[in-house]
Amino acid sequence: MTAQNQPMLQLKNVSKTFNRHTVTEKRALHKCNLTVDRGDFITIIGGNGAGKSTLLNIIAGMFLPDGGTITLDGQDVTLLSEPQRAKYLGRVFQDPMRGTAADMQIAENLAMAYRRGKRRTLAWGVTKSERALFQERLAGLGLGLESRLSDKAGLLSGGQRQALTLLMATLQKPDLLLLDEPTAALDPSTATKVLGLIRTIVDSEQLTTFMVTHNMADALSMGNRLIMMWEGRIIYDVKGAEKDALTVEDLLKKFEEESGSALDNDRMLLG
Amino acid sequence: MAAALFSAINQGVLWGVMVLGVYITYKLLNIADLSVDGTFALGGCVAATAMVTGGVDPWLAVLLAFLAGAVAGGCTGLMHALLNIPAILAGILTMIGLWSVNLRIMGKSNTPLLNTRTIYSDVADLTGLPRDVVVLLVALAIAAALVGLLYWFFGTEIGSSLRATGDNPDMAKALGVDTRFTILLALMLSNGLVSMSGALVCQSQKYADVGMGTGAIVIGLAAIVIGEALGRLTPGKLRSFGSRLIAAVVGSAAYFLIRAIVLQLGLDANDMKLLTALIVVIALGVPYLAGRVKQRSSYQREGVDD
Repeated sequence: MTAQNQPMLQLKNVSKTFNRHTVTEKRALHKCNLTVDRGDFITIIGGNGAGKSTLLNIIAGMFLPDGGTITLDGQDVTLLSEPQRAKYLGRVFQDPMRGTAADMQIAENLAMAYRRGKRRTLAWGVTKSERALFQERLAGLGLGLESRLSDKAGLLSGGQRQALTLLMATLQKPDLLLLDEPTAALDPSTATKVLGLIRTIVDSEQLTTFMVTHNMADALSMGNRLIMMWEGRIIYDVKGAEKDALTVEDLLKKFEEESGSALDNDRMLLG
Repeated sequence: MAAALFSAINQGVLWGVMVLGVYITYKLLNIADLSVDGTFALGGCVAATAMVTGGVDPWLAVLLAFLAGAVAGGCTGLMHALLNIPAILAGILTMIGLWSVNLRIMGKSNTPLLNTRTIYSDVADLTGLPRDVVVLLVALAIAAALVGLLYWFFGTEIGSSLRATGDNPDMAKALGVDTRFTILLALMLSNGLVSMSGALVCQSQKYADVGMGTGAIVIGLAAIVIGEALGRLTPGKLRSFGSRLIAAVVGSAAYFLIRAIVLQLGLDANDMKLLTALIVVIALGVPYLAGRVKQRSSYQREGVDD
């Protein structure tokens, strides 16, 4: 089943329209086809409402597509619920508050993540040996969180919470790491730090990764593959040396060629 | 007067078991579960009928009440989880439905426990202590055991996922917690405790009545806010989970004490529900208004120096 040459993720004809047959009808994904190889680190860019987040959310199982199939590591997961799919996926949300439980200790948050995809029992929620492991992993973030295991996650800053969420998402190695604009809510210097952590963790764990971003420069400098979306379609997919050679100007030009309009994203950062 | 206050504390600790149940839904899951009014009476009705009609052992009757409450809470949970009915409405539906169920169980609106063995008479016979003291000791022992059990449960993997569900459902789902199941479980546990409390109160007052749960949810909320206010005066400031559970029981005892005092001062017992509602409104509303006033008064038209 899990042959090494088999794609990690395959989307076939995946479509999703929100509020069908109403004035607010929005076609978010239109017959998307995508094959992701093991170890691919894909950055996703696109204008407002291009379907970037919908693509991530539909892979995560937050809603059922109108049609098409999603295959993860050879297994059809299209009909699995979000919690059922969690065992394969590590996720970091755009909002730093969404990834951690504010009223639970840092150690308790990590312990929840350590049990992702496992059967939960009446065994104690955080063991002593786990605390030692968490301490060591937190030290790796270089944020001084290793001495704050018993602090509530709500006491942390946005950047610290996002770094903690990243650690939680990768504590059990996920088949797929889904990052939905992980630095959009952070100030530039914190964003740089978190991007650095993403790079380090993805590299050292060899994780297959999706990262939606509104920063063109990040999309070019991170990962080995880039996807551009427009009106629910993947209009450009480039990887390897060809991607490495791209500049922001190339991307803007490419977008105009494919969509016939200028890239409109009110949050897009060009450089 | 002293006797009235002593029995108020007894009542408070027995109702404290219900407050622990309300704490689970209201504080941990942010659901005001109105099933409670029905399940508290359910506990009394089930225990009284089992003991009087069925000749069931009074301790077993308490356990039966717990199970009946868990089933009723499960109905609220299933309506919410499977039919997507908002939790507050699901609770109202269970509460209304239970009125008929409770009447069916007892076959009448009131069952007296005359000359019936109760858990308190058992312990009184065993120890020879006066009845009031026995009720207090039994109530404290049961409340302490339940606080210990809940503290343990919410530290386990399942208990943690339940707390995470209330704290951040998005995070819980992303980490593989089926939040529909955890909410169902919480509602069952909560209403089991509420119903158990109904059975304990029914045995201490020696009757069960279909109306005995009316307003229970509001008493529960009042007890929780009183307990929080008292707890914040302690050195630990309720930072630990165990202290919050204890505060819920202490809040309940304090509520019944306040109630006994105002009744002694001449307040009509029928006005008590209004007073309780006002306590909750004030406790929930004052922090919000104080925050607004503070914001307004610190506003400076000329601008501020950051």
